[in-house]
Amino acid sequence: MNGSLLTSVAPELLRLGIGLLALVGFIAANGMLLLYVERKVAGHVQRRPGPFEVGPHGLLQAFADAGKLVGKQLATPAGADGLLFWAAPLMAFMPVPLMFIAIPFGENLFGLETNLGLVLILSFAGFNVLALCLAGWGSNNKWSLLGAARAVSQAVAYEIPLLLSVLAVALMCGSLDLRQLASSQGGWPWQWNVAVQPLAFFIYFVCAVAETNRAPFDLAEAESELTAGVHTEYSGMGNGIFFLAEYANMIVVGCVATALFLGGAQGPFAPGPWWFLAKMYLLVTLVIFMRWTYPRVRFDQLLNLNWRWLMPLALVNLLATAFAVKLAG
Amino acid sequence: MAILTAPIQALAAVWSMVVGLRVTVTNFFRPQETIHYPRQEVPPSHLDSFRGHIELVGADEDPAKARCIGCGLCAELCPSFCLKVVAEELPVDSAVCYPSQAGTDLLMPTPKFRAAPPSQTQPRKLLSYHLVYHTCSLCGLCVQNCPAGSLRFSHDVYLAGASRGRFEFDLMERLRGQAARGGAKGGKAHA
Ligand code: SF4
Ligand code: SF4
Repeated sequence: MNGSLLTSVAPELLRLGIGLLALVGFIAANGMLLLYVERKVAGHVQRRPGPFEVGPHGLLQAFADAGKLVGKQLATPAGADGLLFWAAPLMAFMPVPLMFIAIPFGENLFGLETNLGLVLILSFAGFNVLALCLAGWGSNNKWSLLGAARAVSQAVAYEIPLLLSVLAVALMCGSLDLRQLASSQGGWPWQWNVAVQPLAFFIYFVCAVAETNRAPFDLAEAESELTAGVHTEYSGMGNGIFFLAEYANMIVVGCVATALFLGGAQGPFAPGPWWFLAKMYLLVTLVIFMRWTYPRVRFDQLLNLNWRWLMPLALVNLLATAFAVKLAG
Repeated sequence: MAILTAPIQALAAVWSMVVGLRVTVTNFFRPQETIHYPRQEVPPSHLDSFRGHIELVGADEDPAKARCIGCGLCAELCPSFCLKVVAEELPVDSAVCYPSQAGTDLLMPTPKFRAAPPSQTQPRKLLSYHLVYHTCSLCGLCVQNCPAGSLRFSHDVYLAGASRGRFEFDLMERLRGQAARGGAKGGKAHA
């Protein structure tokens, strides 16, 4: 009865609530899955089995890890700013479900109907930096602080070419609505935006890996230099939430790339959410493989790559796109 | 042309990343090199170069008796003092000290109670031989310098223990145990 009342009063609200709930489940499940995949990939790349003992082929390892993390004591370091310190992991995770609600997993499979989906995602993605910054500042630890400083300068730098490359696609399609952007592409790979905007895709992908602080751009963590960077002081679930957010961000990045460049849920023969998921997981797997292939870049290399290559290229790409759009329109 | 070198270098760098990715992906699909320990064990033939704790080598005629001539060189050389050799005392006149050897090799200190070089020695009966493995650095000086060839590294890969006592060995007893199991002839060393 309540339900029918709700549906009659605010169907949008109900949809949003259910969507958010489902997305949190999706994120948690994916966090575990990706943790397992990551460790298996790392293992096999190094010619060892990876997790193997818990469950068949270590399938239950992620559950064991989650149980361990939840069971651990949450310690606040002496002299740390408790409020900031614990706000940081929450701030890292909270925007994540909000980023997911605008993602069109299928023709009718999305959490929120909005024509500014891209803007929504990009603006909430910026929270991650703030979280790392708070974590580093609040920890009262020099490694954390250094990690935070790196995270901020890295994110500030890479945000710009990322936006520019995304803008080129938005300009081309004349929309900021992810659903419209996705459905404006055809089913076959040569009808996808990546075929028209390969440079934008490349720039987006590099920047996205940098934005999510994944190796080879994991300078905020840099375990060989900074112990664990901003995560140094976090124990138990504090650390766990950061990891969950990292994996969730990886998925967001994969989703946005899929929607913008790889045709979204469009695909040969039978379009549908499975195509979206397949493409997204392919990208995420690529990101995981990259982590176990490339050594971490030095900080000056990181900034040089951005300011000397990605930024001018993204600008030129955007200008060329604008020119072409004007010419064609 | 200088304007072209930078982009070409950049493209080459991007290509090298693709090559790197190919290396990891091919390794991903190749068979694993590790052994799932409790279920599988490393085949003994792969253990020849493994340095476990040192052990005594049995004499050819009696594998339960060490080749050791009780000279004490090993205990004297050991930088970590982890060997304790007790041998039968010889009558005073047969324990010769060779002054010519003193200082010939600066790297190898002349032991205080070395009886004689092996060719001329009168073997002393070994009474006990103890190894305290937790301080051993596996340097191999003892194995290298034993004049009777009575020491070698064991191949016990799976040695593990919960207390210090587990790493203190009576090597003579160990040798007798090995001989009883029939596996301690010279050359082979599988615990
Ligand atoms: S290997 Fe080196 S440290 Fe170990 S017992 Fe022999 S001489 Fe001593
Ligand atoms: S050096 Fe060799 S012969 Fe001499 S006491 Fe040690 S084990 Fe025995």
